Amino acid sequence: MTINTLAKGAWHREQMASFRKKVIVAMQDPDMGVKMRNQRLLITVIPHAMTGRDIIDWLIQKYNICEEEALHVGAMLVRYGYVYPLKEPRSLVLRPDESPYRFQVSQPPLHPPGSVFILPAPIYLAKKNIRKQGELMEYEKERYSVLHKRINHTWDFVVMQAREQLRASKQRRKADRIVLECQEQAYWLINRPPPGAHNVLDMGLERINNSSRVTLVSDITFLYFLFYSLLFIPFVKYSEQYLNHDPIMQGCLPSNPWISDDTAHWTMNAEVVPSPTRLRVERWSFSFMELLNDSMGRREFMTYLEKEFSAENLCFWQACEDVRHGENSRIIEKVEDIYKNFLAPGAARWVNIDSKTMDKTLHGIRHPHRFVMDDAQMHIYFLMKKDSYPRYLKSDLYKNMLAKAVVPQETKKSVFPFMRRQRHARGRASRYQLCSWFPSLMPGPKTCQSQSPESPLYLLVTIATTQGVAFSLQSYCLCESQSFSFTAARLPELGFQR
Amino acid sequence: MACQGLQSGETLASLKKESDSLKKKLEEERGKLNDIELHQVAEKVEMLGALSIKTKRLLKGHGNKVLCMDWCKDKRRLVSSSQDGKVIVWDAFTLNKLLTSSGDGTCALWDVESGQLLQSFHGHTADVLSLDLAPSETGNTFVSGGSDKKANVWDMRSGQNIQSFESHESDINCVKYYPSGDAFASASDDSTCRFYDLRADREVAVYQKDSVIFGASTVDFSLSGRLLFAGYNDYTINVWDVLKGTRVSVLFGHENRVSRVRVSPDGTALCSASWDNTLRIWA
Repeated sequence: MTINTLAKGAWHREQMASFRKKVIVAMQDPDMGVKMRNQRLLITVIPHAMTGRDIIDWLIQKYNICEEEALHVGAMLVRYGYVYPLKEPRSLVLRPDESPYRFQVSQPPLHPPGSVFILPAPIYLAKKNIRKQGELMEYEKERYSVLHKRINHTWDFVVMQAREQLRASKQRRKADRIVLECQEQAYWLINRPPPGAHNVLDMGLERINNSSRVTLVSDITFLYFLFYSLLFIPFVKYSEQYLNHDPIMQGCLPSNPWISDDTAHWTMNAEVVPSPTRLRVERWSFSFMELLNDSMGRREFMTYLEKEFSAENLCFWQACEDVRHGENSRIIEKVEDIYKNFLAPGAARWVNIDSKTMDKTLHGIRHPHRFVMDDAQMHIYFLMKKDSYPRYLKSDLYKNMLAKAVVPQETKKSVFPFMRRQRHARGRASRYQLCSWFPSLMPGPKTCQSQSPESPLYLLVTIATTQGVAFSLQSYCLCESQSFSFTAARLPELGFQR
Repeated sequence: MACQGLQSGETLASLKKESDSLKKKLEEERGKLNDIELHQVAEKVEMLGALSIKTKRLLKGHGNKVLCMDWCKDKRRLVSSSQDGKVIVWDAFTLNKLLTSSGDGTCALWDVESGQLLQSFHGHTADVLSLDLAPSETGNTFVSGGSDKKANVWDMRSGQNIQSFESHESDINCVKYYPSGDAFASASDDSTCRFYDLRADREVAVYQKDSVIFGASTVDFSLSGRLLFAGYNDYTINVWDVLKGTRVSVLFGHENRVSRVRVSPDGTALCSASWDNTLRIWA
C-alpha cells in the first residue's frame, strides 16, 4: 500500500535477492564480519559502527578481489542502501577511510513493522518542514504540497506524528539522534530520490510473470547421451581453431582499427578486394558455412562449380535463401521463378533432387510459403557439402588463392610501453588430446548421437568392449547413414593422442 | 508445443506427475554419464594471458536509458534503441548518427540498410525477455529466455518447443548462441551466467563469483567463443573464460546499468549500451 510506483514483484525481487543478503549477513557476523566498534564523529561517539576502510578491507579479504573491485562493490552497497554513512549523510558514497558507516534497517526508520505504510514519507517531510521552519529544498516543497493535497484528511495526524517524533528525538542521546537522522536521510534519499538523482530502485520496463501456467514437455524428440568428455572437446577445438581470428584475444593485422584509429584492417577485409587476406581464405576451409557466408568465397566456389558443370546447385541454393529471407510480398513470384529455372522438367538449370523430395516440393509449391523450398534446399546443400566442397579445397583454384593471399604487416607500435601479445602470421596448429580415460570406459554397449556430421568426433558412438583395452568406435553421419569403424590402434592417425 | 486433449483417466495433476517422474529418470540416466566437467577437460588448454581492454568510443545522443543494440554486418555501424522512443543508427567509428526514427520500443529485427522491419518473433507460451537465432546450417531454430526462469529452443517453422532448460534461479534476461550453434549462454537476475550444451541437453557451466552480487542483463561471445562478455546491473562488464569457468577481467566505466553488450561481427570490438544514456566501444 505504498505510494511507491514500483511493481510489487520487482521491488520484492530486488530486496530479497538472496545472494546479496548473504553478503550483508556475512558482513554482520560477530566473529568473521566487518569490525564494528565505537566510531568517533567529531565529539560524539557512535556505537556499533564500521569505517569505510574496514568495509573495503573485509571485501578484499573475504572475496579475494582487488581494491578497485572492492571499492566498486562497497559503493554499490551504499548506493542501494544496505549501508549508510554517518558523516555527510546526503552523499551516498563509500569513502575508503575512517568515515563511519552502519547497516540500514529494512523498514522506514522510526516506524514499527506492520504500521501503515502510507504515512512514513509524509511524516518525514513534515518533520523536516517543522525543523527547518519551512526552508525545504524546491523539490521537497513541491512534494510536500502534493502530499498535503492527497491526504488532506489525515494531515492533522501527520503533523501531530511529526511533532511527537521531533519531541522524542530531543530527549535522545546525541549519538542516537545522529544515528537516526542519518538512517532516515539515507533511507529517504533512496526511496524518494530528488529529481535528477540516480534512482537505484528503477527496475526498467515492467515484466509480467504468469507463473501459474503449467507447461508439460510432452514431446521428447531427442535424447543425446554422450560422455561429457567427448562432448566438450568440440568447444575446446572450436576455440583453438578460431583463436587467431579473434581480434580481442590475439589482435589483428595490421592493427585493430578501434585501437590504432587506422582503418586498414577493414579496407583489406572489405567484401570485395582484389586479393583477400590469408586468414580469410584459410577460414573458408573451416566449414562449408564459412565458405558460403563470405561473398568472395561464394564467388570463388561458383567459379569452381562452373568448371565442373554443377553451378546450378549453388544458384538454386542462393535462390532458395532469397525466398527464406526476403520480402513476403515476393515469395510467390520467386518460387515460380525457381520452379521454372530449376525444377520443371527440361528446365535450363535443372537440379538433381531425389524423387521423394521432388514430389514433396512440387506439391508444396502449389501453396507457396517462406519455407516451402527447405527440403530441396537442404538436399542440395548437403550434396555440395559432401561432394563439391571437399574437392574444391583440394583444387588448384583454392590452393592458388591461398598461396597468393595477403598477409598484412603488423603496424609498429613504438608509442606504447605495454606490448600487446604479438600476432603471429601462422596460426598455431590446433591440437587436442583425449584424456587418458580410455581404460575407464564402462563395459557394455552404449549408443549416443550427435547432430553435426562436420567433425568426425561428433559421432554416433557405439562402444563395445572386448577383453582388455581394444574396443571399437563406430560412427554414423546422421544424414547419410554411413558408418565408419575404427579400432583403438587407428586413433593416433586420426589425430588422437594419449 | 504438441497439444492433445486429456484422455480418460488422465488429469492435469496425473500428467504432471508422470512428466516429473520422467524428468527424474532422465536426470538419473544423465548422471551416469557425467564422467567429467568442462573445466577439467579445459585444464590442458593454455591459460589466457592478461587482457587489456579499454573504452575506445563513447556514443552520446540518447535522451534516456539505452535498452538494446546490435551491429551492422559492415562491422562499424550499429543500431540502438532507447526508452526515449528513438532508434538511432550510428557510424560508431566516426561517432556520426546516420539515421534516426521514432518507434514504439517493441523488440524487433531491423534491416538497417533498408530501414525495414524484417521479422518480429512472437507466438509461444512463455513470456520472453530475449531471443537469439541459431547460426547453424539448417538455421531453423532459435532460443528464448524469459521471466519464468526457462530457456527454450524453438523450431521457427512449426513453432514447436524442442528443448527446455530450467536451472536459473531467477529471470533469464538474455540468451546468446555459441558461434558454432551447438550451445548457448544465458544471463540472469540470479547474478550468474550459464552455458548450455544443446546435444547433451543440459547446463555444463556456471559463471559466478561471490563478489558479483547483482543480476546479469546481457551476454555475448567473442568471435572464437573463448570469451563471454556479460553486462550487469552493477554497471560493470565481467569477462569470463568460457572453457575454464573463471573470470578473466572486469570492465568499469558505465555510470548505470549495462543493458546490452555486443561483439562486432568481425570480432574487433565490444559495444556496451547502458541506462546512463551512452554506448561504449571497447577494444
